[in-house]
Amino acid sequence: MHDKIREFIFENFLFNAEGSALDNDASFLETGIIDSTGMLELVNWIQETYGFEVDDTELVPENLDSVNRLAIYIDRKTQAATRVSG
Amino acid sequence: MCGIAGITGGDLAVCQEALKSMLSMLRHRGPDDFGLYNDGRAALGHTRLSIIDLAGGRQPMSNEDGSVWITFNGEIFNYIELKDELSRKGHRFSTNSDTEVIVHLYEELGDGCVTRLNGQFAFAIWDKNRSELFIARDRLGIRPLFYSSHAGRFYFPTEIKALFAGGPLPREIDPAALDEIFTLWCSVPPRTAFKGINELPPAHWMKIRDGAVSSVKRYWDVPLGEEPLDISIEEAADGLFDILSDATRLQLRADVPVGAYLSGGLDSSITAALITKITGAGPHTFSVAFEDGAYDESGFQHEMARHLGTEHHEVRCSYSDISGVFPEVVWYAEKPVLRTAPAPLFILSRLVRETGLKVVLTGEGADEAAGGYDIFKEAKIREFWAREPESRLRPLLLKKLYPYLSAFQGQSDAYREAFFNGGLSDVSDPLFSHRPRWQTTSRLKAFFSKDLLAENTSGPEERLKSLMPRGFGGWRALARAQYIETAGLLPGYILSSQGDRVLMGNSVEGRYPFLDHRVVEYCARLPLRHKMRGLDEKHVLKRMARGMLPASILKRTKQPYLAPDSKSFFAGGKAPDYVEELLSEGSLKDYGYFDPGSVGLLVKKCRRGAASGFRDNMALVGILSTQLLHNMFIAGFEGRAARGRDAAGLRAPATAAS
Repeated sequence: MHDKIREFIFENFLFNAEGSALDNDASFLETGIIDSTGMLELVNWIQETYGFEVDDTELVPENLDSVNRLAIYIDRKTQAATRVSG
Repeated sequence: MCGIAGITGGDLAVCQEALKSMLSMLRHRGPDDFGLYNDGRAALGHTRLSIIDLAGGRQPMSNEDGSVWITFNGEIFNYIELKDELSRKGHRFSTNSDTEVIVHLYEELGDGCVTRLNGQFAFAIWDKNRSELFIARDRLGIRPLFYSSHAGRFYFPTEIKALFAGGPLPREIDPAALDEIFTLWCSVPPRTAFKGINELPPAHWMKIRDGAVSSVKRYWDVPLGEEPLDISIEEAADGLFDILSDATRLQLRADVPVGAYLSGGLDSSITAALITKITGAGPHTFSVAFEDGAYDESGFQHEMARHLGTEHHEVRCSYSDISGVFPEVVWYAEKPVLRTAPAPLFILSRLVRETGLKVVLTGEGADEAAGGYDIFKEAKIREFWAREPESRLRPLLLKKLYPYLSAFQGQSDAYREAFFNGGLSDVSDPLFSHRPRWQTTSRLKAFFSKDLLAENTSGPEERLKSLMPRGFGGWRALARAQYIETAGLLPGYILSSQGDRVLMGNSVEGRYPFLDHRVVEYCARLPLRHKMRGLDEKHVLKRMARGMLPASILKRTKQPYLAPDSKSFFAGGKAPDYVEELLSEGSLKDYGYFDPGSVGLLVKKCRRGAASGFRDNMALVGILSTQLLHNMFIAGFEGRAARGRDAAGLRAPATAAS
């Protein structure tokens, strides 16, 4: 999961396929990786890749603002979806 | 409107051909006539677009005894009043042109002449008795003027391409300029995109002796730091109406018909309405429409044209129209641009010319003077936020920003707050208003090659800060933001890449009633609350325009002029050949400015239509325009200069010499 998120960030926001020193805890906003218009792009990718809807109330930095936070959030959401469908 | 060029320093007998080569690159600015003057110590050249005194205004022009010679680009709108005044003092005129007025005013006041001129101008005066060249540029930077010193000679032209064609000057893109443009959206004057080539900054004059600069002076500044007038909103609106009407009346002075641009917004609607009121008839109006509905404002444009009863003309731009003219636009702009917005305006000026007109009035300058930009609202909200950190109004206020940006509006309150609070709340920072924008833009430098990054060490923002006037840090945030826009982006992008250069590329002259210095000064002295009332932008202008415009135009949400960026080059995933070539790994490596791997990923994203944010689009357009600039001005310039000389028809010059 972490690798997949990192790959997406590298290829679409950092434009660096080789991979560079991105701390999994680094804030996307504070480091400028994602700007004021970039967040929706991230949300679209999550929805398309993991097949769940990101609710408006979940659009908060606590869920989306670093590789680790994203991984935890996506994990929680996909497990919830599995429980519902299972 | 015209092109000018000249050389001084050393023996100039050998410079006649060099001067002709310079002029050959300026024929688009002056297709109607051209002239040369060379007395061995100064050589002046001129290409002319005839607008005032069609028969008598040939240049270079001199005073009665031939001791003062001028080459002049622009218009002096108060030339009739100045001529009357000078005639009463005994000056004898041999033409009815505005050019001759400057000559006599210079005789009367020397360098002080510029303070009496109401207009848009760049000129050079050769004062034979003093052996001194005097060059000057208008207050707001409407007309361009560049210069360079090389091997004991001083060269000046209206466009940089003339410098490269005329002198043995090195041609090299300045890494520091790229650093500035990819942060501030423009370079910091006097720097241009090219090493060793300077622009004379707006509101400056310069004197040159023996081929070297002997003095330079700023003769005017926007009085945004002065104590505001103590007047009501009604008085402010009435006062603005009087000055703006007079500015429009003066700018209608021409011996050819004058048209108007209509964007569908407030400012150009006011300009067109004032023309109609003054002349009693609707002018020819011209608009850009877009096939992509997200950018199209033609509904409002048609409504305004109907309201005024104008004869309306329109270009409807497709993606391929924009990518098709983009190389030419960069050729005229002579600098990298981060947006394609100049391209549709280049197509529009072509339509003006095809319609048979060569002068248009537009609404430029109103946003800067009357407080129209969203960045002003942003600064006001952030200033309020810093003062009242616990206010519950904060999320509501932030949501009022950028109503036309779906990617911004689609965010949650939490994200908007987090973005604007990212350590950027130091209200005492003189550049407070623009820091978030510049920080976002400077992320584009992630695409720079390692070599280019290594060349840039000092910050563009600090260089800009060093140009701010005394006491600037103590002004209110809105006044500071207005100043930064008026002194920076207005001349550095709006009036150049998106103004003079794309108009003159098709031999069309733009005129700007909102940039009459009396209008700018009056607006600068208005209380800030009359410009931005709460978050209602350009409040005084809307108050003034009541009864002049349809309510739908007056009350519509402000939409900035934008054009499709990456989509214009990658619609359907296939780019034009020149784009593929210049963004290929080979070209990127060869020119050396950008990292091929990073650009490759960006291109991939653009190709699949996924580049939706500002940053990706600015990066793509900025990289492509830099590659084009190198391709045309560094790698392939000689061929272009030779074609320019062949096509210019300068074989039988009208030469004046004394």
